Amino acid sequence: MILRRPFFWIILLIAAGFIYAPLHGNNVSLREDLILVAIAIILASNLNLMIGYTGYVNFGHIVFYGLGGYVGLYLTTVRGWNLALSALVAGVVVSLFAFLFGLAILRLRGAYFALATIGILQAVQAFVSNFDPWGRSTGMYLSFESYRPLGGARHALWITYFLIITVLALSMILSLAIKNSKFGLGLFAIREDEDAAVVLGVNATVYKAIIYSVSAFLPAVAGALMFFKNGMIDPSIAFEYMLSLEGIVMLMLGGQGSVIGAALGGTLYEKLRSYLLTSPALSNFHLVIAGGLLLMVVLFAPGGLIGWVYRLVPRARKVIE
Amino acid sequence: MNTILEVRGVSKRFGGLVAVSDVSFSIAEGEILGLIGPNGAGKTTLFNVVNGVYKADQGTITFAGKDITRCSPDQVVHFGLARTHQIVKPLNGLTVLDNVTVGACFGREYLDMAAARKVASEVLQQVGLERTDMMARSLTIAGKKRLEIARALAAKPKLLLLDEVLAGLNPTEVAAMIELVRKIRDRGISVLMIEHLMQAIMSLSDRIVVLNLGRKLAEGRPDEVVHNSDVVECYLGFPDIVDKLTRTD
Repeated sequence: MILRRPFFWIILLIAAGFIYAPLHGNNVSLREDLILVAIAIILASNLNLMIGYTGYVNFGHIVFYGLGGYVGLYLTTVRGWNLALSALVAGVVVSLFAFLFGLAILRLRGAYFALATIGILQAVQAFVSNFDPWGRSTGMYLSFESYRPLGGARHALWITYFLIITVLALSMILSLAIKNSKFGLGLFAIREDEDAAVVLGVNATVYKAIIYSVSAFLPAVAGALMFFKNGMIDPSIAFEYMLSLEGIVMLMLGGQGSVIGAALGGTLYEKLRSYLLTSPALSNFHLVIAGGLLLMVVLFAPGGLIGWVYRLVPRARKVIE
Repeated sequence: MNTILEVRGVSKRFGGLVAVSDVSFSIAEGEILGLIGPNGAGKTTLFNVVNGVYKADQGTITFAGKDITRCSPDQVVHFGLARTHQIVKPLNGLTVLDNVTVGACFGREYLDMAAARKVASEVLQQVGLERTDMMARSLTIAGKKRLEIARALAAKPKLLLLDEVLAGLNPTEVAAMIELVRKIRDRGISVLMIEHLMQAIMSLSDRIVVLNLGRKLAEGRPDEVVHNSDVVECYLGFPDIVDKLTRTD
């Protein structure tokens, strides 16, 4: 049972910290900081299900986040649905979309799969840029009306924040649950040697399609919430290729295959990025640093930060998963 | 005795190369059938066709009364047909115990995690692998071969395909492995094994099938097979070849 794992309670503590910190003293600027960290962790955690667990590098993971944002904003603004329901529906729709795509492109392996994921990102972006109901390349704007059911803008932003932190906790719990399940063991087998896994009885085609679809769900929900908070969406910010790559850097930095590794990498990278972006001397320099960082990690610490910790304290594996 | 596996008229081509051509044989329950032949005879290809890695171009394969000719490898395992690889394929980044747990989880009984771990520990004890929390990549070659067998056994198979489990082992390890194969059969599991080590396969097998250039050359008890002139010829060359070449007429 997942309740018996100490790490489950650590996750709840982390989420509680995220909620308590900005509420204490009504610190709105801290809240905005933490939202970015939470989104980074959500993206890295779910990307971890593909890269760290299954061994399939997805360069276009951001497509789920962007599509979720579009579906969510469309439902809240045009259809007038409530926020939580819209976000949930966005998650389900994008997951189904991912499942269908997954069945098609997961026949590819290694570098060819990675290339196909870039293709999907480009194709979806091109489609959305020409899709009339979603405002083509100018995108969509939230009408102020949409905040009213949530008790006005100030209230609505707090509610959105709590929902995003819920998604953050769910992302980490999902990673933890999969890691300790039979399904997860099947994924690890695929990661280590797909041919051997199939001969041992793992239905790799179905497993890969399911995990691709599962890894789409929470990022899509987060996208719906985040773009609701921002109040607008357009194809260039929804499908930002750079953010997709940065997700991979976060994961490598923290340690792929580990739940806390993804969270740690997401936090550290996001902190570093916002520091570099806001410091006048170094603005726009963050990608150079990201590239250098990735190189260092791949060369000297392929297990990332958490891999290094595991090497120092092997027993930590049991508690920090 | 009941037939567990029936291979009838199976052929497999790769482009212009006929790797396996019209091969038929059957295995009875509880039998050890040896499969021998020179390098390139099509033995491993035949294994791959039987367990579904390749699809047969012609012929049918029946396992325990079910037609499995078109089944994929993961389906075949659920029916109770497990195999090992000639070139070992350990799941390197997982522990020895996890490797075997995969076999138990996705095998014939499709166990849940807790039950699978128990089966895995039992099987590991039977095959004599002790350090179960070790990463699979750090096992010796003999250890990796045992791991292959343990994973296959954890699936609780009715028939086990062993692809050269003795190759690359030293004499002590070979003796231990032969003992293990006997133990497996004594538990009622039928075995189909490919082997190049003649002494071993002659002493283990109830019957032997000889393949050469993709065709079945001979079949019978070990003592029949070694005295078969076709078999001797394909391994050692034609005995009268010198006579034939030097004859002038």
